Amino acid sequence: MKNLLKKKTTRTDFLTYLGVIVAFVIMFALQQADMLKNSTQGMLVPVCCFVVMAVSLNLTVGILGELSLGHAGFMSVGAFSGIIAAMSLEQSIPSDLARLIIAIVVGAICAAIAGFIVGVPVLRLQGDYLAIVTLAFGEIIKELINCLIVGYDENGLHVMFNLSGKLSVENLNMTENGVAIIKGAQGAVGVDKLATFPMGFVLVMLCLVIVLNLVRSRTGRAILSIRDNRIAAESVGINVTKYRLMAFVISAAMAGSAGALFGLNYSTLSSTRFDFNTSILVLVYVVLGGLGNIWGSIIAAVVLYVLPEALREFNDYRMLVYAIVLILVMLATNNDQFKAMLGRILPKRRKGAAANG
Amino acid sequence: MKKRNVCAVAMAGAMCLSLLAGCGGESGDTADNAFKIGVIGPLTGDNAIYGNAVKYGAQIAVDEINALGGDIQLALKSEDDVAAADTSVNAYNTLKDWGMQVLVGPTTSGSSIAVASEANADRMFMLTPSGSSADITEGKDNVFQVCFTDPNQGTAAADYISENMPDSKIAIIYQNDIDYSQGIRNTFAAEAKEKGLEIVSEGTFTADTATDFSVQLTAAQAAGADLLFLPIYYQEASVILNQAKTMGFAPTVFGVDGMDGILTLPGFDTSLAEGVMLLTPFSADAEDEKTQNFVSEYKERYGEVPNQFAADAYDAVYIVYEGLKAAGCTADMSYEDICEALVGQITTMTFDGLTGADMTWTATGEVSKAPMAVVIENGTYVLP
Repeated sequence: MKNLLKKKTTRTDFLTYLGVIVAFVIMFALQQADMLKNSTQGMLVPVCCFVVMAVSLNLTVGILGELSLGHAGFMSVGAFSGIIAAMSLEQSIPSDLARLIIAIVVGAICAAIAGFIVGVPVLRLQGDYLAIVTLAFGEIIKELINCLIVGYDENGLHVMFNLSGKLSVENLNMTENGVAIIKGAQGAVGVDKLATFPMGFVLVMLCLVIVLNLVRSRTGRAILSIRDNRIAAESVGINVTKYRLMAFVISAAMAGSAGALFGLNYSTLSSTRFDFNTSILVLVYVVLGGLGNIWGSIIAAVVLYVLPEALREFNDYRMLVYAIVLILVMLATNNDQFKAMLGRILPKRRKGAAANG
Repeated sequence: MKKRNVCAVAMAGAMCLSLLAGCGGESGDTADNAFKIGVIGPLTGDNAIYGNAVKYGAQIAVDEINALGGDIQLALKSEDDVAAADTSVNAYNTLKDWGMQVLVGPTTSGSSIAVASEANADRMFMLTPSGSSADITEGKDNVFQVCFTDPNQGTAAADYISENMPDSKIAIIYQNDIDYSQGIRNTFAAEAKEKGLEIVSEGTFTADTATDFSVQLTAAQAAGADLLFLPIYYQEASVILNQAKTMGFAPTVFGVDGMDGILTLPGFDTSLAEGVMLLTPFSADAEDEKTQNFVSEYKERYGEVPNQFAADAYDAVYIVYEGLKAAGCTADMSYEDICEALVGQITTMTFDGLTGADMTWTATGEVSKAPMAVVIENGTYVLP
C-alpha cells in the first residue's frame, strides 16, 4: 500500500476520491442536521449532475483529444429516456430507489447507443469532424424531442412523432388511466422527483472510478497515445477506431446517466434546456478545470455551477459579473506573477514555479 | 503545469466566493412584522420584459398597500430565473432562505410548473400572475393563477372569431417548441373545428428559426387567408408583421396575451401594429380610475406603459393582501399556516382588479373572468 501511494498519479487519484467523499460526508451531514440553506440544498443534485458531465466530457476532450460540442445532446437522450423508464414503471416497481437506478441505467444505455451511432462513422476520420457532427447531433436531438409525444397506460407505452405539429397527447388514444409523459414542445411534465443527493454522490464516484481506472489501464494508455500521436499509435498496432470509439461511448453513457439524474430532479423538463449553450457551459468547466485533469473538472464544475447563484446579490448584473469572473480566472491562470505568488503561498510548488519562471 | 492551473482556478474561485460572502447579509429592506412576498421572473435574458413588468407591477401594489399604513405591511423581493425551470427552483430556494411567506410568481409557464411542485411539497402559497399552462395548477391545491390558462385563451379566441368574423379564412403561425404557443393552438384548432371555422394554412417555427417567416407567410397568402391568428409572443409577432407588410400581405392579425407588449418593444414601428386585434384581460387605456392611477404611476416610475403582465402582478399582490386581511393573518405566522388560511380564502372570495371584474377561483386553481378583445389604433388599445 505504501509503495502504491508513492506513485504520483495513484496518489492524485486517491486524493480525488478522498476529496469527493469528504465533501459528500460534510454536505450530507449538514443536510441531515438541517443546517444547509435551502438554496444550497437545492443545488446538491444538479451539482452532482454537472460534475459527472464535466468528468465525462473531459474523457472525450482531455483524454481522447476530440472536441465534442454536443454533449448536452447525450444528456438530453439520457434525461428523457430515464424519465420515460421511471414513469412507465411507476405501477410495477413501487420502490423509488429501484426506479431511480433503472432510470439512470436506461439513460446511460440509450445515450451510449446514440454515442455509438454518432461515433462509428465519425471516429474513423481524422480531423475536427467529431466537433461538427456532435454539434449537429445536439441540435437534432433537441428538435426530435420537441416532436416526441409519449404516454403510458395499462396497454404499454404509446410513442408518437408530431412531425406536422398538429398532433397532441389526445392523439395517442390512451385509456382513461393513461399518463402523458412527454408532451412534445412542452417536454416532460409531472415527473416524480426521485433524484437524491446520495445517489448523485454514488454516480459521481462511479464515474470517477471508471474514468480514472480507464486512464491508468492498458486501454487508457492506448487512448492517450492516440491523442498524442495517431500515426505512432497506429504503427505499434493499436486499433485507433476501436479505442476512440470506446472512450467516446463511455463518455456518452456517463453523460446519459447524469441527464437521467438531472431530469428526475425537477417536475418538468423541456428539450430546450439541453441546447448548445449547455454543451458549451460543460466545455467551459472542462477547459477551465484543465484538459485531462479530472479533479480540476470537478472543482471547476462545482464552482462555476454555484457561482451564478452566489452572484444573486448583484441582481441584474450577475451574468455580467459571472463573465468577468470567468475572464479573470483565465487571465490569472496564465499570469506568471500570479503563479509566482501562488508559489510563495504553497512552498511545495516553488520548485515548479521556479523551473517555469 | 496543468495541475497548477487548476489550483489557481480553485483559488480564484474561492476568493470570488469569499468576496461574495462578504456582501451577503445586507439584502432585504425588510420592515419588522411585514409579510415577505417573493417574486420570480426572468429579469434578464430574452424574456426580461415579462419578468421586469411583473416585478414593477408588484412593487407598485406593495408600495400602495404599505402607504395605507394598515396592519398588513408587505416586503417584496424579486429573483431572476432567466425563464429556465431549474434556475427558477434555485430562485425559489433563495427566496425561502430570505424568509418568503407567500410566492407571487413565477412569471413563465415552464418555471411555474417546476416551482409549483416545490411549493406544493413545502406548503407555500403560490399565486402565479402570468404562468398560463394548465399543468401548473393540476393536482396542487395551494397553487393559483391570475391570468387565463392556455386552453381558455385558445377557446376564447375561437369563440370571438366565430361570433364576429365567422367567414374568415384563418391562417395560424405558431411556435411549436414552446408549450404556451402549442397549447393555445391546440385548443384553438379544436374549438374552431367545433364552431365550423375554416383554417386554411398552418405554419410553425421554433426559437432557432424565429428570424424569417417568409415561408409561412407565403403559404398563408397562397391559401387565401384573410385572418392571421398568432398565438405567439410579441418579438416574433413584430417580425411577422414587418415581413407581411414587405410582402404586401395584409390580413387581419389576431393575437392573444403574448402579443401584449408589442407597442413598447424598442425599435418597433408601431404603425405596423395598426389594426391588430388581441385578447387581453388588461387595457392601459381603460377609463376606470384604478387603471388610470396604476398606469400613470407606472409611467412615472418606469417610463413606459404597463403591459398585462404588470397588471397581473399588481392584481396578484392585491389578491394576496385581501386574502391575508380577510383571514386575519399576522406576519409572524409560518408560511404553512398562511398557506392554509389563504387557500381557504381565495376559493371563496370575489376580486375586482385591473385584469377583470368578479374574478373567482375554483379549488383547482384556475381563475374565472371574462376575456376582452381590443384593437390597436393610433398606437393604443381601444375596444372594437
